[in-house]
Amino acid sequence: MKNDTIDSHQPARNTNLDALRRLSPYLKPVRGRMIGSAVAVLASMMCGLLIPLVIQRILDGPVATGDTSALGWMVAAVGVLGAAEALLFFTRRRLISGPSTRAEAELRKDLYHHLQRLPIAFHDRWQSGQLLSRAVSDLSTLRRFIAFALIFLVVNSLTLVIGLGVLFLLDPMLGLISTLCAAPLILISTLYESRYAVLARRSQDQNGDLATTVEESVLGIRVLKAFGRGPHLAARFAEQARELRRTELRKVHVVGLLWGAIIVLPEIAIGGQLLYGTFGIANGTMTVGTLVAAVAVATYLRWPTDSIGWLLAETNQAATAAMRYWEVRDAEITITDPPVPRRLPATARGHLRFENVRFAHPGSDTEILRGVTLDVRPGETVALVGATGSGKTTLTALVPRLVDVTGGRVTVDGVDVRDLELGQLRRVVATAFEEPVLFSASVRENVALGGTEVDEDDVRQALRVAAAEDFVDALPWGLDTRIGEQGLSLSGGQRQRLALARAVVGRPSVLVLDDPLSALDVHTEAEVEHALRSVLRDVTALVVAHRPSTVQLADRVAMLSGGRITAVGTHSDLLAGNAEYRALLSTDDDARSEVVA
Amino acid sequence: MSAPTNQADQVTTPGPDEQWRGVAAEDVTELDAVVGARLQKRSRVLLASLVRPRLWTALLALALVVTENLVVLAGPLMIAITIDTGIPNAIDGDTAVLAWCVGGYLAAGLGGAALRFAFLKVSGRFGQDVLLDLRQRVFGHAQRLSLSFHEDYTSGKVISRLTSDIDSLHDLLEDGLDGLLTAVLSVFGIAVMLLVLDLPLGLLVLTGLIPVVLVTRWFYLRSRYAYRNTRGAIAKIIVQFVETMNGMRAVQAFRRESRNESILAGFNDEFRGANKRALDVMATFTMTVRLVGNLSLALVLAIGAVRVVQGGLELGVLTAFTLYLRRFYDPLDELAMFANSYTSAIAALEKISGVLEERPTVVDPASPVALPPAKTGRAVTFDGVEFRYSTGGPVVLPRFDLAVPAGQTVALVGATGAGKSTIAKLVARFYDPPSGRVALSGVDLRSVADAELRRAVVMVTQENFLFAGSVADNIALGRPGASRAEIEAAAEAVGADEFIRALPGGYDTDVRKRGGRLSAGQRQLVAFARAFLADPAVLVLDEATSSLDVPTERAVQRALESVLADRTALIIAHRLSTVLIADRVLVVEGGRIVEDGSPAELVEHPAGGRFAALHRTWLESLA
Repeated sequence: MKNDTIDSHQPARNTNLDALRRLSPYLKPVRGRMIGSAVAVLASMMCGLLIPLVIQRILDGPVATGDTSALGWMVAAVGVLGAAEALLFFTRRRLISGPSTRAEAELRKDLYHHLQRLPIAFHDRWQSGQLLSRAVSDLSTLRRFIAFALIFLVVNSLTLVIGLGVLFLLDPMLGLISTLCAAPLILISTLYESRYAVLARRSQDQNGDLATTVEESVLGIRVLKAFGRGPHLAARFAEQARELRRTELRKVHVVGLLWGAIIVLPEIAIGGQLLYGTFGIANGTMTVGTLVAAVAVATYLRWPTDSIGWLLAETNQAATAAMRYWEVRDAEITITDPPVPRRLPATARGHLRFENVRFAHPGSDTEILRGVTLDVRPGETVALVGATGSGKTTLTALVPRLVDVTGGRVTVDGVDVRDLELGQLRRVVATAFEEPVLFSASVRENVALGGTEVDEDDVRQALRVAAAEDFVDALPWGLDTRIGEQGLSLSGGQRQRLALARAVVGRPSVLVLDDPLSALDVHTEAEVEHALRSVLRDVTALVVAHRPSTVQLADRVAMLSGGRITAVGTHSDLLAGNAEYRALLSTDDDARSEVVA
Repeated sequence: MSAPTNQADQVTTPGPDEQWRGVAAEDVTELDAVVGARLQKRSRVLLASLVRPRLWTALLALALVVTENLVVLAGPLMIAITIDTGIPNAIDGDTAVLAWCVGGYLAAGLGGAALRFAFLKVSGRFGQDVLLDLRQRVFGHAQRLSLSFHEDYTSGKVISRLTSDIDSLHDLLEDGLDGLLTAVLSVFGIAVMLLVLDLPLGLLVLTGLIPVVLVTRWFYLRSRYAYRNTRGAIAKIIVQFVETMNGMRAVQAFRRESRNESILAGFNDEFRGANKRALDVMATFTMTVRLVGNLSLALVLAIGAVRVVQGGLELGVLTAFTLYLRRFYDPLDELAMFANSYTSAIAALEKISGVLEERPTVVDPASPVALPPAKTGRAVTFDGVEFRYSTGGPVVLPRFDLAVPAGQTVALVGATGAGKSTIAKLVARFYDPPSGRVALSGVDLRSVADAELRRAVVMVTQENFLFAGSVADNIALGRPGASRAEIEAAAEAVGADEFIRALPGGYDTDVRKRGGRLSAGQRQLVAFARAFLADPAVLVLDEATSSLDVPTERAVQRALESVLADRTALIIAHRLSTVLIADRVLVVEGGRIVEDGSPAELVEHPAGGRFAALHRTWLESLA
């Protein structure tokens, strides 16, 4: 089983650097600290560079002449510079720790915000492992980049230039030697950049795939256990992990080559300077102090030079992480508030209409819905019946705009749902899904979910309607019991009743129920049904039904077939007059005769 | 959230020795010294067990880095010789020493670069092998752990163990180890060199190490605390993400977005705070080290200069000292980086080793008993079985006996929570009963090898989890290695063939995340096809047809009837139509079997039993 890592709906491929540059809004509020931090690094490097120059004075002055009167001052200068350097190190780290961690948190917050608004179609397409690896490992890569690599990339390049300047001042020839040796850096880095970027991207994508497999292995643990397929998935995981290992080893190879090439350059420079310096001293054109200082400066430049390789790797990694991040952030939120929202009439009655509604999945040319027209009058309950896979669930998802129609329109009280503010629409329309998802939170919170206006009485009322109050009260902490993944686990029927309570809690005027009774046993079903009847009296409801018992909640039944509503009527009308309906819903005699037999 | 957190609260407090075992100490931030030390030891034991099998690679890496450091160490020495001997000789016209020294310096540089490359390759391989090993161990172990562990521990935590926690070990192996080796070696090498060059000055420099050691200790303790917190916080972020992504429909339909954002903001702040603290501790550490280094440099210069002037010290030696001193303290920064990665990795390993330490409660037998050959299903027997989910927890199934002869189809009926699923899960050995035994063909399930048990017993539940991949892949999960024809035959048998062929790619259609491309009913059909392909002797169906429409359910039932003819089956269904195909019905109430008989017998129950009542309600609903 393969995972689709990158889908076809990506925006045009940005260049790496653009992706990094786009992070700047996150750094803007902390620009002062970033600059302060860079200045601190630069200043500390200057201190570090000045120390060898003072040493030169010591060696050429007091040591050479034997006059130690000035020695005290000079040593003090080394001490002060050294202390300053240490303090600046501290300052730099303290200044950057806030901004880098804040930028990471903000990036994560915005990613989460965006993901929660992306349409369901996006989430069906993207494996959550890929999203997770972006939210966690890519963002920590970016944090590290901001905290270290970004500043050092700037500062080390500057230090290199300044250091070369100092060498030129000491002796133009010494400067020239170092410059000649630093020049190939540019060439090597460019060659390397393109090779490394590809590998970095591959490794991060493979990490995402690995996360996806991990996630599936955990969420699907019951199926894996039931079939004893743990080892099977483990083999797939191992294969993916080995692929990742191969990519990582290639990365190591490329970095190793780069590193090797880069560290040899300063050594050549120092060797050259030694040779030249010795002849200078022999000819009397140079002092020993100058040579020692030059070698000390060149030695000091080793780190800024050597680190270029590491910094480039980090930068590349960060650029790839940023690109992966923006891929998700750039995914278009296709379901949005209208520019000029219309308001529902003050007395919302919940008149739900489907007008010639068409729907096809993005990128697919086969329409699932081909002109559905259905009128659900205020207060009426309509059951939606159709074969497995006929598009019933899709039709229900159109009402709260989890997906948008590709043709026609859905209206509530005469207003196209796309002209309503999403918040208002979803307050008016409530949905109970076939597969009830519970979150790790208290029962109260699971029922109220987003409804901030909901109080305890409302929650209790909703639980009563869903015939869930008794079992909730029997939980160890009643309404405050934590349920969902990180809490008590509930049975399928209990979950479904909570999902039902969730749907009725906000007193919606339109209720969309997707097979709300499927996981209930006959006894509970009767209870919930009874409670539902009292709710359905006041609201408009569209109920997807597989069972005669559910259908009986409805005033009318609509038959969905071939992407259209082919018949509307009462249960008994349709049973009598519609062959397809009869086939779908009649519990005809063969079942009954078996009992008797 | 102020609500009580989870089930763990209910469990009786573990004894002092149990507090750190497995994943018990995971969410505790303040550990007492004993437990802390044990956790650390456990992490180190794990690390050692990862290193041991590839010790030679590690030693090779070590040898390379030692050689590299020795070679690089020769550099300043060459410079010292150049200044002390090479230059005076060159002035006298003898350039031999000079040439040797400069040549030696260049050779050292080139050799160092080559050795660095070799070291990176070898240590990279070592690190990647360790990671691969650890990933496989944790993944395999998580799969072996029993459901009861997963239900308590939750998916998000397992995911963060296998993703972000392993990433921190990756950081340690990639950058940290290199930093450590290089730093330790060069500090050690330079220390020796300094002592050899000049004993008094060398000793002076080494006393500077005392404050460094002290500050390192402080740093280690503080950053360990901070990193434990980052691990905890990132796991919460991962859980929040995973839950949101998997429940996106409910999140959007019920306007949960802003509440979710405030929850995430809390975790995000926690993570950010812990990370910032770790960075700030690092700031103090590097400052101190650098300060000590620079002050000893000043001191060496003062004393050294005076001694050179007085003739007690060669100028070259002083020069070499100043150069070495820079190199002496530079690696200490790297040491700090290493300590950073190390504490972070140890905090992660602590959690990983906790998961690895958990023992499955349902274990594969050491000496499995082979099941006797069977043609028409297998007998399932419960002998004096009593069941509770945790010791001290409420009894879910009071002691009972039950014998299901081979080939019988048994339906379990009863209200939600009556214990039907628990009985089914015991047959599939998701749990072991604390007392009594469940046997298959007379063999205790605890003595049957897992692979054989899974071939014999397959359970289909209402959560039909589909994996990423094609429809065919998902069906083939029932029997890996099945041919396409077999897969299609299984789909055909349950009536799934038609809709699958209508998909754009037929059997090769990608089902998308969790089977998002298919409807709930279609997913259930795929799950059924999977079970048919597995072709078990005992089939357990727990609410497996709840999302099917009536004709599809009927098709499945017809298929079931022919398939079940020579199989043992345990069916849980709320639809009486499904129940009626059974040979025998068990009505379960409060964990007890209160009625037992054929459907016809129970319907005709003279005193109006529970099943008869259910049946009447059902008939009325059809009217």
